Amino acid sequence: MLPSLGTLLGCQLIGEVAARSLGLPIPGPVLGLALLLTLIALRPTLADRLRPTTSVVLAHLSLLFVPAGVGVIGNLDVLSRDWAPLLAVLVLSTWLAMMATVGTFLLVRRWTGADPA
Amino acid sequence: MTEVAELWSYLSASPLTWLTATLLAYLLADGGARKLGNPPWANPVLFSVLLIAPVLWVSNTDYATYFEGAQFIHFLLGPATVALALPLWDNRDTIRRSLAPIALALFAGSVVAAGSAILLAQAFGLPEDILLSLAPKSTTAPVALGISEAIGGIPTLTAVLVILTGIIGAMTVTPMMNLMRISDWRARGFSVGVAAHGIGTARAFQVNPVAGAYAGIAMALNALLTSLIVPILVRWWV
Repeated sequence: MLPSLGTLLGCQLIGEVAARSLGLPIPGPVLGLALLLTLIALRPTLADRLRPTTSVVLAHLSLLFVPAGVGVIGNLDVLSRDWAPLLAVLVLSTWLAMMATVGTFLLVRRWTGADPA
Repeated sequence: MTEVAELWSYLSASPLTWLTATLLAYLLADGGARKLGNPPWANPVLFSVLLIAPVLWVSNTDYATYFEGAQFIHFLLGPATVALALPLWDNRDTIRRSLAPIALALFAGSVVAAGSAILLAQAFGLPEDILLSLAPKSTTAPVALGISEAIGGIPTLTAVLVILTGIIGAMTVTPMMNLMRISDWRARGFSVGVAAHGIGTARAFQVNPVAGAYAGIAMALNALLTSLIVPILVRWWV
């Protein structure tokens, strides 16, 4: 558990340092993800040691968004004034994005004949 | 009576109270959803917020005080993003075989997610600071906040819009994909990961492990692409 947590935090830290010092537009945690993937590719046994910790974290991913979600109470003025157009934009834009993604994925898969389901 | 008041004034200002409250609210919301068989509408984030917000309102606690406790949970978003390396590694063979669909669907989804938010916000006549806060809404919270700040949005509003987007995506993806008769778990997971980041990914993991892995890839790649695309779209259209 603790070595796994240390590995995750260490990768994130290196990612943050790299992103900031090199002025990259890529977020630190995403660089950390890429770094961890590289480490696992170099030492596949690392995956088995990390899995007990990462599976707990990923099984409760929703929990981690609750503090930011409670932020609604700090933005009630904007939200209560513009709630109807905001909700319309969020719903429509999310649906359009899902349709564009799923449509492109299936079309390209058919064109390239890549790995049919 | 004064003793009770004193105790409460200690508790309501203590990080321990709000950290515990956040965990308890989530356990209740998640436990309830599981008992019901995880129907799309029983979103654990939504119901956790609905449990906590009234308590803060009644106890007259401001968000900054709440966040002093809740920040310990919020902080784990970073390590959780790093942890997505595991499902990526576990699914590396199927991912390698669908590299072309992944790359093009990511690009299409990312542009539509940010572009449609900007154009729709303009069409509905929303003010510019709100429009700029909306643009990065489909990417994961820590990344979206950075983008919002950089382009002149309101980061705290962006945080809320990101969470709402995630909840909307997570609640509607299952009925929507069933309606469109899409049975490919990779395509389903990937689309909710692009459009609805980690909350969509959490939903995908609930439904199917392959969908979850693809949602995780989509979320990580979209965090990267959105931070490149949003500043360009804003320069063109705003």
